[in-house]
Amino acid sequence: MTQATEEGRLSGDEVLRVEHMTMRFGGLIAINDLSFSARRGEITALIGPNGAGKTTVFNCVTGFYKPTMGRILMRRSGGAEFNLERMSDFEINRDARVSRTFQNIRLFTGLTVLENLLVAQHNALMKSSGFTVLGLLGWRPYKDAAKEAVEKARYWLEMINLVHRADDPAGDLPYGEQRRLEIARAMCTGPELLCLDEPAAGLNPRESLELNTLLRAIREKHDVSLLLIEHDMSVVMQISDHVVVLEYGAKISDGTPRHVQNDPKVIAAYLGVEDDEVEEVLEEIEEVAEEATHGHQGGQPTGDAR
Amino acid sequence: MTVISQPPRRPSDDRLKRALREALLAGLISLGMFVLYVGLQTTQDIRNQLVLNQRWGLLAILVALAVVGRFLIVYLLGPWFAARKAAKAARAVGAEAPPQNFLRRNVGWIALLALMIFPMAMLWLVGPQKSLKWVDNYGVQILIYVMLAWGLNIVVGLAGLLDLGYVAFYAVGAYSYALLSLYFGLSFWTLLPLAGILAAFWGIILGFPVLRLRGDYLAVVTLAFGEIIRLVLINWTDVTRGTFGVTGVPKASIFGIWSFDFNAANSFGKLFDPELRRPTLNSAYKIFLFYVILAMCAITAMVTIRLRNMPIGRAWEALREDEIACRSLGINTVTTKLTAFSIGAMFGGFAGAFFAARQGFISPESFTFHESAIILAVVVLGGMGSLFGIAVAAVVMIGGTEALRELHFLKTLFGPEFTPELYRMLIFGLAMVIVMVLKPRGLVSVRNPTAFLHERKAVSSAFTKEGHG
Amino acid sequence: MEYFIQQTINGVTLGSVYGMIAIGYTMVYGIIGMINFSHGDVFMLGTFAALIMFLILTSLVAGMGVAAMLLVMMATAIVMSSLWSWVIERIAYRPLRGSFRLAPLITAIGMSIVLSNFIQVTQGPRNKPIPPMVTEVYAIAGVTISLKQILIVLITVVMMTAFWYIVTKTSLGRAQRATEQDRKMAALLGIDVDRTISITFVMGASLAGVAGTMYLMYYGVATFSDGFIPGVKAFTAAVLGGIGSLPGALLGGLLIGLIESLWSAYFSIAYKDVATFSILAIVLIFKPSGLLGRPEIEKV
Ligand SMILES: Nc1ncnc2c1ncn2[C@@H]1O[C@H](COP(=O)(O)OP(=O)(O)O)[C@@H](O)[C@H]1O
Ligand SMILES: [Mg+2]
Repeated sequence: MTQATEEGRLSGDEVLRVEHMTMRFGGLIAINDLSFSARRGEITALIGPNGAGKTTVFNCVTGFYKPTMGRILMRRSGGAEFNLERMSDFEINRDARVSRTFQNIRLFTGLTVLENLLVAQHNALMKSSGFTVLGLLGWRPYKDAAKEAVEKARYWLEMINLVHRADDPAGDLPYGEQRRLEIARAMCTGPELLCLDEPAAGLNPRESLELNTLLRAIREKHDVSLLLIEHDMSVVMQISDHVVVLEYGAKISDGTPRHVQNDPKVIAAYLGVEDDEVEEVLEEIEEVAEEATHGHQGGQPTGDAR
Repeated sequence: MTVISQPPRRPSDDRLKRALREALLAGLISLGMFVLYVGLQTTQDIRNQLVLNQRWGLLAILVALAVVGRFLIVYLLGPWFAARKAAKAARAVGAEAPPQNFLRRNVGWIALLALMIFPMAMLWLVGPQKSLKWVDNYGVQILIYVMLAWGLNIVVGLAGLLDLGYVAFYAVGAYSYALLSLYFGLSFWTLLPLAGILAAFWGIILGFPVLRLRGDYLAVVTLAFGEIIRLVLINWTDVTRGTFGVTGVPKASIFGIWSFDFNAANSFGKLFDPELRRPTLNSAYKIFLFYVILAMCAITAMVTIRLRNMPIGRAWEALREDEIACRSLGINTVTTKLTAFSIGAMFGGFAGAFFAARQGFISPESFTFHESAIILAVVVLGGMGSLFGIAVAAVVMIGGTEALRELHFLKTLFGPEFTPELYRMLIFGLAMVIVMVLKPRGLVSVRNPTAFLHERKAVSSAFTKEGHG
Repeated sequence: MEYFIQQTINGVTLGSVYGMIAIGYTMVYGIIGMINFSHGDVFMLGTFAALIMFLILTSLVAGMGVAAMLLVMMATAIVMSSLWSWVIERIAYRPLRGSFRLAPLITAIGMSIVLSNFIQVTQGPRNKPIPPMVTEVYAIAGVTISLKQILIVLITVVMMTAFWYIVTKTSLGRAQRATEQDRKMAALLGIDVDRTISITFVMGASLAGVAGTMYLMYYGVATFSDGFIPGVKAFTAAVLGGIGSLPGALLGGLLIGLIESLWSAYFSIAYKDVATFSILAIVLIFKPSGLLGRPEIEKV
């Protein structure tokens, strides 16, 4: 466990702060000197074109990649702070309570839906089973804990409307349900920061709606902050409190959805304009921005399909 | 003029043609493959020089087999497979109903009961002399492999870590017992747990640095470790006596109360008729060993089943499916793998100690890579993760190759030099390849969930992906 | 000093053979990410093909020149190991693409057992010695170098140059690299992926055939179990050089050859295989990308 040093205290309402983070893969600079922060209880969205480095940011925050440079600070509700870049992936989940989903769903497809949710409670169950030894001998408190774990799983199955599929293999679920199951699984670890990598990707409108409902419910009933990668602008604009925009690994905009939506740089990035044409486009954008301030939803830039 | 209508071409004509063509091709290829290796044989003549023997008949038989086999596969089996596949796809593989009837649910207990009766039944059926073969050559030997394969199953089948050096832990157990009992006079029942603990300890030492490697690299490193340990056993002659091996390894006793040494004061043989003593004592020892290994197997099975239903066992299976997802859920994959690795090693160590006590003699010869491969083959054939399938595979493969020795008619068929034992490994290798290609999940390919909300349904292996890391 | 140079020469010879086998491991690993465990035994098949052809030639054709004989033996070995490798890939490995992660490796282990025991059954378990073929030895300043050593190094250089050319300059090489990077994409671009993979196996196997002939000529003996240890050593060479890298395989081969001969000369011959196995473990643990390989961060 790596407690953050005194100099880097986060303010009370900050849950995550990324400072001057750079990530290189060989010659490729995937993230270049990125800084941003996410506030407690809010939904922070990370958007940007394909290949901008969003998933890489997640991988650095959750410890799957070690950033080449920079700091990542996380503050738990109790006040404990962690230097995430110095911790390994599983410690980040276990101690700093950051949980995540993956862009390409990573369920345990051969285990049942219920088992997926039980695996997520591994650390708690390990403790109550006396690291297997006591559990092996049929220790009473372990049996209770195991029952509780199933109840917790049932609660989350109710949240994602999958109680009836509890005993089916996870790989047998349709795509949209797999997405929701992955979110429920991440929540079963008891996170304070939940990172979702394109949760709405590939969902049909009905599934998209169910997802929105789920995210709202999570936010209302649980003390958890969200970091969200999303391409679907309607989702971003509807549910996020704060948006960070990335392009080519660098931050080009940061603010409220409205602010970002009207930022010429963002629009240019999404339209894919060359740098020297930006001036030109800026003027056009003025107009679009004006429309937007008058409450039109139609002129939003939309991300590409993936 | 009347138009003579052509008979419509039937699809089976095409198939026949294709089958013939493929068969011919298979014949040519197999001729090419075998002409040198089978058609000609290198042997030493009287002056100890290499000469070539010609065996065109055997070559012809093999090529003919390839032709006929290929023809049958394409002409008959091909359509049959296609139909079955279509039927399977239509049947929407999902959860399957669990085995309901009493027999299948309690197969473990029934098998245990049958095995408890087995030595007595043999004694009664074929008499004390002949029963030795059944109890020892078949019974004890198969059970040793069952135990080893169940131990390896924890590592390979549950946790998905391919360990090619499993035999190293078997060796650690065997040498621990042999050397400690010879040098320090400790008894079997003290050393049995100790051998397991030492093997587990070695499992931790060897496992710790390598368990963060990707699956196939891990396999190769474990192979290297297995070989290193064997080479050390060969070369560290002061302690291990090298290739000569350790002889006179003490026998196990009945919990220190009776000994199976003929001359010991507390010899078990003293309980018998003076004239029959020596042979009876021997039989009794084998039967005793049978019950010991049976109990060890039962414990292994019980521990495995219990562990599988615990958080750690579930984490093993999750690890097998997706290591990265496990880490994202806060599971320390290194320690989780380490527990699987060392518990597997521990069972290997127990089996090793037993093996040493049974043989009375051990040498590095018994712990080659081939032995690891045999154990792995049994696990693979049985269906990774399934105790029942593995036990069946052990009976079929170990018992089957043991039975090869007794098929004397093969000698009359292939000539007096024919040594069926040589075919043992060939059969193992072929079985591994064929099962992997046709039924990669092994004989028993359904998985029993460890927990359920409404009802327990077996999960078809079609969903198991074992993808990453 | 002379002793050292002598051992170095021996090491380079041995290393050339390992390097040639290692190419097969490295190419197959590069293109489909599979450790072709049976490759060592394909090498052994090559040795036996050369051996049997040698016996045919000596008993049927009297007074054939040594050079011609070596060429015919080498051609036979190349054909045999390529044919076997091609068939093995077709029937045992190809059906498993897309199966679970460990399936190909397990099959390859099974195949390795099949091959060595096939030869044990058909050719017998004993060592197969042949009379020395190339006996010329040159002594230069107290160091002896034999013609067969020169031949081995020479042939290795020629084969490696040819391979280097194929892999970097031809369309086949491009297809291989495309398949290596993204199999689906390569297929979409009209590359026959299956064929490319088949050819990769055959290319590796043909080098193993050459290596097998050299091995037979050098040691003058063949055994059915010769696939295992040289196979592991060649694989170690591939890993040490950086698996996936052709120059790495050769470099690794030379290093393993040198380590082996110097270790035997200065430390203990009994533990020479332990040295190789330890190198394998150490490299994989501490630098799995090897000397010339690129380190990779697994994509999540
Ligand atoms: N493990 C890796 N190795 C090499 N390059 C990587 C790796 N992970 C990501 N990249 C590269 O980093 C860049 C950003 O990728 P990513 O973060 O996935 O983008 P996004 O999620 O915004 O679409 C891409 O060019 C990608 O190829
Ligand atoms: Mg992404």
